[in-house]
Amino acid sequence: MSTDNKFSMGHIRPAPESFLDRDLIADVSANGVNSTRRGLLRGALAGALAAVAAQATARPDDPAIVEPAPWSTRLGNPVLTNPYGQPSRFESATIRRQSPGLTQTDEASVSFTPLQSTFGMITPSGLHFERHHQGWVDIDPRQHRLMINGLVDTPMVFTMEDLMRMPSVSRMHFIECGANTALEWGNSAVPTVQYTHGMLSCSEFTGVPLSLLLERAGFDLKRATVLLAEGADGSSMTRTINIENALDDAMVAYGMNGEMLRPEQGYPLRLVVPGAQGVSWVKWLRRIEVGDAPYATKDETIHYVDLMPDGQLRQYTSIQEAKSVITSPSGGQRLMNQGYYNVSGLAWSGRGTVTKVEVSTDGGRHWQTARLEGPVLPKALTRFNFDWTWNGEAALLQSRVTDSTGYIQPSKPELKAVRGTRSIYHNNAIQTWRVMPSGEVENVQLG
Amino acid sequence: MSNWVKAMALSSALVACGAMAGSTDVDAIAGIGREATPNEIKAWDIDVRPDFQGLPPGQGSVEEGESIWLEKCAVCHGDFGDSNEIFSPLVLGNITAEDIETGRVASLTDPGVVRTTLMKVSTVSTLWDYIYRAMPWNAPKSLAPDEVYALVAYLLQLAYVVDYDFSLSDENIEDVQAIMPNRNGVTTDHGLWSVDGETDVMGSDCTSNCVVPLEVTSSIPDYAMNAHGNLKDQMRDYGPFPGIQTAPENAPVDVDVDPVTADRAVPEAALQSNGCLGCHRLDSKLVGPSFAAIAEKYAGQPDAADYLASKIRQGGSGVWGSIAMPPMPQLAPEAVDEITDWLVAR
Repeated sequence: MSTDNKFSMGHIRPAPESFLDRDLIADVSANGVNSTRRGLLRGALAGALAAVAAQATARPDDPAIVEPAPWSTRLGNPVLTNPYGQPSRFESATIRRQSPGLTQTDEASVSFTPLQSTFGMITPSGLHFERHHQGWVDIDPRQHRLMINGLVDTPMVFTMEDLMRMPSVSRMHFIECGANTALEWGNSAVPTVQYTHGMLSCSEFTGVPLSLLLERAGFDLKRATVLLAEGADGSSMTRTINIENALDDAMVAYGMNGEMLRPEQGYPLRLVVPGAQGVSWVKWLRRIEVGDAPYATKDETIHYVDLMPDGQLRQYTSIQEAKSVITSPSGGQRLMNQGYYNVSGLAWSGRGTVTKVEVSTDGGRHWQTARLEGPVLPKALTRFNFDWTWNGEAALLQSRVTDSTGYIQPSKPELKAVRGTRSIYHNNAIQTWRVMPSGEVENVQLG
Repeated sequence: MSNWVKAMALSSALVACGAMAGSTDVDAIAGIGREATPNEIKAWDIDVRPDFQGLPPGQGSVEEGESIWLEKCAVCHGDFGDSNEIFSPLVLGNITAEDIETGRVASLTDPGVVRTTLMKVSTVSTLWDYIYRAMPWNAPKSLAPDEVYALVAYLLQLAYVVDYDFSLSDENIEDVQAIMPNRNGVTTDHGLWSVDGETDVMGSDCTSNCVVPLEVTSSIPDYAMNAHGNLKDQMRDYGPFPGIQTAPENAPVDVDVDPVTADRAVPEAALQSNGCLGCHRLDSKLVGPSFAAIAEKYAGQPDAADYLASKIRQGGSGVWGSIAMPPMPQLAPEAVDEITDWLVAR
């Protein structure tokens, strides 16, 4: 398909604010909208609409260009106005959010990443989703220790100085809570991609390969089959880790996106277990025990167990299988008019690399291949984009990922046929967004 | 052979090959780090495995457990572990004698039954380990081993696994494992333990004229569209995908900061480090009343500071409802003063 003329297929309507007087913008910006200003805004908008009607004959000059803007005619702010930089004041919609009623306490709770508003593959550290089991803590790094004990020649203690002095690696990996999309097993339950898929983030992590630390302690090659990772927070959260996978690419990380970990993400130290669900990435990591039998901790026996239709609980489920989702347009958003749209989303696999993402606009009847944006890395989020010209009719948008093992993301009916609807964890089914003729996009399930 | 066993066998083989030593020779870092002392290991290595490796000796009775429960646990979990106020219920009476016989809790297949901790848990060590390391909620690691034995005994009695005159100890905990109601209810026969595991679900590779269900069977009802707040405010308002207005137009704007109290700094550190926020919110009821409600109730009373300080130290019940506030003797006097001064000044 030629894309040469894609921008001419729909009419791009200038945003109404482009017709507002600069002084009025500055006034509203500084003082808010009162009834007088609201009247002026209405008048300006009416004028703008009239102007659109008259557009065929004479396009009015855009005041955003012909009127001097305050930011172009004043001295700007000095350096260090914000010693640690902040997003623009116009980006206040892009924040983590809770799902009301999901948890009764805020300490054992979740906040979701606003996937609808992020770009590329990296999640800004301040938007990285939170999941705590007994509240978050901010640990003095000088007081933090990592112990390695169990089946080792020499049980060891490392300070942050020790760890940060060691050879380091930096890698980009996704982290997804095993319960991401848990609310959607039975029905469409939440309105936007922030709540359906927002227990998902991707960062560059820097730290020491776990294999090196285990070797340093002289772990028992013959007997060791698992690790226990333990946090230093009140819950001292523990999980059994697959040592085979851990020796491959796990790391004890202190860095995240070029700075130290955020406290909500385990400052000063967390375990990074690429491909495994977030709960295995133990935060505020204080101890690793090398063992020869799994530990059946609370978060792998009472929670994070997947209930199957026969009543059996799958225990030690860890890996996040391949999954993808369209992040824009997505639930709760609105298309303003017909024409070209860049359909954009994220794909990932805990077993390897994303090799293909396909997009359907008709509920899965027909699929077309999307563009993968680089870099495409193992066990990392991969951004995909897809050219779409909306004709104004109802549409059902879906994405489907294939990973390097040949695994293809299942539809909801395909997943439910095996796992039922009560498993809570590991819902990686294809997501459907319905675009209404009004342009409104909503979260739906097909059956 | 289950995937689990296969993975275990594979891991030994891989480890023997030295699958990932990193690129750095471990000898290069031989001087970094130091040996842990026995006391350090004892202090932190508190985990208890299903085979009871790590379990400290001790014992506690159901009766002892009940009194500790009422003092320290019931505030969140309810007197009988059945509360759904703060956490999911621990016990609800959905476990039968037949379950204990078979080791499979049958009601787990019933979608109408709320899944409780005692229905799911397959290993008694899990209860012991978790209570010891993480409970109570606002004072983790404050329970002695005998108290943990007693609390586990009490929980088991609530689920009718043991009788009221039972006493649990390191000597008989294996016998209890043999009657855990869901001891046979878990499986590791799945592909999600290992990166190399086999999946049990596979999507279709069809790309055109695929036969798929196209009927919309579920969507968010209109009345629920605003349950997560106004979606218009949750999207960029200038890009190609603005948010849908889901709140009524001209709805009152939520004010996060109460201007009356904003000027008096909240003693966040004291409230946070002492676990107060586990049960009290600034402006809304949680387990206990909000700080705003407390401040309002005692506003203008000359002895309010002293009274509130004694309530914090000694706990109490009946003023704000039936849920008791446990005593908080661990609070430093300065922290109590800081909190009460703030409450009185609000």
